[in-house]
Amino acid sequence: MKYVIMFTDSPESYADVSAERHKEIYQRVWDWFRVNDAAISDSGAQLQPVSTATTVRSGPDGPVVADGPFTEAKEVVGGFSVIDVADLDAAIALVKTWPEFDLPGIGVEIRPMVTDYSQFE
Amino acid sequence: MEGAAASDAVLGRIVREDSGRIVAALTRSFGDLDVAEEAVAAAVEEALREWRVRGVPPNPGAWLTQTARHDALDRIRRERRFREKLAVIGVDEPAPAPTEPDERLPLLFGCCHPAIAPDARVALTLRAVCGLTTAQIARALLVPQATLAQRIVRAKRKIAATGIPLRIPEGVERLERLDLVLTVVSVMYSQAHLTADAGAAADRDLADDALWLARVVAAALPREAEAHGLLSLLLFHRSREDARAVDGELVLLADQDRDRWDAALLDEARYQLERAALLRRPGRWQLHAAIAACHADAASAAETDWFQVLTLYDMLLGYDPSPIVRLNRAVALAEVDGAEAALREVDGLARALDAFHLWHAVRAHLLRLLGRVAEADAADLRALELTANDAERRIIEARLTGGR
Repeated sequence: MKYVIMFTDSPESYADVSAERHKEIYQRVWDWFRVNDAAISDSGAQLQPVSTATTVRSGPDGPVVADGPFTEAKEVVGGFSVIDVADLDAAIALVKTWPEFDLPGIGVEIRPMVTDYSQFE
Repeated sequence: MEGAAASDAVLGRIVREDSGRIVAALTRSFGDLDVAEEAVAAAVEEALREWRVRGVPPNPGAWLTQTARHDALDRIRRERRFREKLAVIGVDEPAPAPTEPDERLPLLFGCCHPAIAPDARVALTLRAVCGLTTAQIARALLVPQATLAQRIVRAKRKIAATGIPLRIPEGVERLERLDLVLTVVSVMYSQAHLTADAGAAADRDLADDALWLARVVAAALPREAEAHGLLSLLLFHRSREDARAVDGELVLLADQDRDRWDAALLDEARYQLERAALLRRPGRWQLHAAIAACHADAASAAETDWFQVLTLYDMLLGYDPSPIVRLNRAVALAEVDGAEAALREVDGLARALDAFHLWHAVRAHLLRLLGRVAEADAADLRALELTANDAERRIIEARLTGGR
């Protein structure tokens, strides 16, 4: 099954992380993608910081453009990947090895992708 | 219609024993838990009508399986793209032989998956594994039927849409997931006590279902110590049932007539605890059962080995440091170190348990032991406000008016 996994972090996640530690985590993230290459498709992305976000929202007089992310939530999406694994347990097992979990305030959301569009016909 | 009552009783037994198996088998054949589960529910309804009129068929389990299978086929055919689906699933092929010792177990692990909301796990398990109707579950869990039906539908959809596997997990994952299963069984058992007053006579006793399920799990996973631990715990509790509820009144452990404890169930409880201990994999359910065993071993409440109970609670905190465990430990602490020490401990839990009626009731008990009657009464009044159970309310009221 195909899942999108969304990597989120919080302001506290990298608050006390030294430049060296940051580099070390980044290296492990890099390795993680290499090791799990077979399950991960090419269509993922790491995102620029949330300060670069622009949101277009529906308004009474048409779409409204505003600075900032969708919500006021503390957790922000930092990137996403598409994985193809047997089932949710396999997805969970893979996600549990995500190196950033050593830090506080890290979350990874797993969502199945719609692959059968007949339900919308 | 005495025949009706007889056939209903047979159906009740068959549903508990076989419906989970049939749901599991049909899910395997059709690859769809929702269809399988709805088909079995429909077959049970049909059995209820048919058997009353024509009597119980010679092989009731096979009748139910066949009827459910036909119903599942109808459901699949009714779907718009049934041709493609039929081609994919190869409908007339028999289901592949199960590779698990008991095919209800993978279904149970799926229903208790951590990706399913905790309150939905209990409901879905009762429906898919134990074969209760949505109406029965709604009454047992004190939830409006529409809410409960929604909860079950959402959980079933999540299993299908997110690819939650119906499988017994392997390796280290197994222990964590087994604990979720055992927790659901335990919640099911406790729920039966909470709602003992609310149920109509025709309702299933959830405690029976929980005990039955605990037996199924322990039999299917004989090497899992905690499965035997939970079974032992529920057997200890069940053995006290006749002494605990007398003429609709609740009797506290210390006041129970111990001659009314069921000796056969106690023996079985001890046997299960020994089996668990032989596996040398300690855990929280075994410790709970060991504490229950201490009470069972005491000829009277006064002879309880409270030091042993307290020691077991200390060990239990290592597995489960929750406020509820600490509250229960405080009761043992009062017996070993006195009410004052226990009250300090209990007061430390104020923030976590202020909305929990038993926290106030335990505080009242300790305050009474210390002769602080006015404070004890105030705490009991607060407990009274918070409890939803009539039998518990009557015990507290009796304490307020008489037991000073």
